[in-house]
Amino acid sequence: MSSTEPTELRHTALDALHRSLGATMTDFAGWDMPLRYGSERDEHIAVRTKAGLFDLSHMGEITVTGSEAAVFLNHALVGNIASVGVGRARYTMICQADGGILDDLIVYRLAETEYMVVANASNAQVVLDALTERAAGFDAEVRDDRDAYALIAVQGPESPGILKSLTDADLDGLKYYAGLPGTVAGVPALIARTGYTGEDGFELFVKPEHVVRLWQALTEAGEGVGLVPCGLSCRDTLRLEAGMPLYGHELNTSLTPFDAGLGRVVKFEKAGDFVGRDALAKAAERAASQPPRVLVGLIAEGRRVPRAGYSVVAGGEVIGEVTSGAPSPTLGKPIAMAYVDAAHAAPGTAGVGVDIRGSHEPYQVVALPFYKRQK
Amino acid sequence: MSNPQQLRYSKEHEWLSAAENGVSTVGITEFAANALGDVVYAQLPEVGSTVSAGETVGELESTKSVSDLYSPVTGEVTEINEDVVNDPSLVNSAPFEDGWLFKVRVTEEPADLLSADEYAAHAAG
Repeated sequence: MSSTEPTELRHTALDALHRSLGATMTDFAGWDMPLRYGSERDEHIAVRTKAGLFDLSHMGEITVTGSEAAVFLNHALVGNIASVGVGRARYTMICQADGGILDDLIVYRLAETEYMVVANASNAQVVLDALTERAAGFDAEVRDDRDAYALIAVQGPESPGILKSLTDADLDGLKYYAGLPGTVAGVPALIARTGYTGEDGFELFVKPEHVVRLWQALTEAGEGVGLVPCGLSCRDTLRLEAGMPLYGHELNTSLTPFDAGLGRVVKFEKAGDFVGRDALAKAAERAASQPPRVLVGLIAEGRRVPRAGYSVVAGGEVIGEVTSGAPSPTLGKPIAMAYVDAAHAAPGTAGVGVDIRGSHEPYQVVALPFYKRQK
Repeated sequence: MSNPQQLRYSKEHEWLSAAENGVSTVGITEFAANALGDVVYAQLPEVGSTVSAGETVGELESTKSVSDLYSPVTGEVTEINEDVVNDPSLVNSAPFEDGWLFKVRVTEEPADLLSADEYAAHAAG
C-alpha cells in the first residue's frame, strides 16, 4: 500500500466549494486544506462570539467492531475504553511500548460492540497500523474508514441554535463528549458534541457524498447569526487559547503522557495488560519524584510572537522550549505554550523570557488555558 | 489584485514610489500581504540608518510566519510609518496606501526593478 513516490495531495469532498469561496489552501498532512477564507483573525473572533464552520475531513476515522472490541481497545490504548457508555466519547492516547505518545485520539462508543477511533490526519496511518497489529488474538476487527466519512465542525455560541434549526435530534440531551446518530438537513450523521476550539459546538460525521449539501444547509441556517467558514489557521489559534495540545507540538513519541502533564489519561487500574503499561508506570514514578518540565502558558509583554522551537530563558539560561505560539486575537497579545523546568513553572514566576531570534523578550508565566468560555 | 502603474516593484514583493525631492516610499505589495496573512508585528529600519538594495532591513510577522523585509533600493531612511508600527494590520488593509513602511533618500537603484505589468507576471509565475 505504501509508496515511496511523492504522492499527490488528497482533496476532501468539499474541495470545489472551498475554492469557490476563495479559500487560501495549504498542504496539511498530505491533504489540500483551507488555511483561511479571509482574515484568520475575523474567523477566530466569529467562533468565539458567533459561529464558525470547519471542514475536518482529513481526520482519520477507524472503526473497531467485534465481541472483544472493548477489551481490545483497553489493551491497545491507555484509557479505560470499556467504561465508556454507548453514545459517549473519550479523549485518550495510543502509546508505544516505551510509553512515547503515538497519537492523541477521541474514541466514540457507537454501540455495545462498535467504536469509532478518530486519529489526527498526520498519524492516521500509524494509528491504523498499530491498532491492526495489536488486534491479533482479539475477536475485534479494525476497519480503515478514512474514506467513509467526511467531517464538518460547527463551533461557537450560536452553533446549538444553528443545528437545532436543521435537526430533530435531542441536542439539549446531548452532553459534551457525547455523540448520537441523527439526521441533519436530511443527511444521516453522527452528531457529536465535541470540538477543538474551546467553544460549545458539534462535529458531524457524514458520508462524503452528502457533505456539500450539509455544508450549504449549515451556511444558510447560520446566515442570520454570523456563521462564517473557517480554516485551519484560526483552528490553531483557537485551540492554543483553549490550552489544547496538538500532536507534533505539545505531544510526540519522545514524551509520555506524564511528561506532557496528561498522566490522568493513563488508567493503570483497568483490567488486563495494555501496551506501554510498564514503561508508563515507571514514567509516573519518575514524574512524582523528579518533576519533568511543565507545560505552561506564556503571555508576551511586547508584540513579538514566539514560535515552536524557540528557547525559553531566565537569568541567561535556557529553561524550556516553546511548542506553539501565535498572536492571540482574544487576549490581543502573543501567547505560547511551552515546556519549562518545574522551578520556573509557577504562574507569575519572574524574569522569564523567550529568545526571539536573538533578543530576549519578556513573557509572563500563566496557568493554561488562556481562555475558558463562560458557561 | 491590481498593482498601481505609477509604482515600481522588486522581485521580493516590495513596491517603490517615484521620488519626491529625492525621497521614495517603500511598502510591500498586496500579493505579499495576502501571502503573509494577518500582519501582527512590523519591525522597520531605524530612521537615519543606511539600507542597501536587496538586504534585510526589518521583519514582518504574521499569525503563521516571520518574513524578512528587504529594501528595494540603497539610501538613507528618512521616515518610518509609525501608524503601521502601532497597527500592523494596515499592511493588509491598505498595502499601497496607509500601509506603506518607510521612506528612503535614494542614492542607488538596482537595474532590475519591475514595472507593474512585469511584477504581475512575476508574482503570477
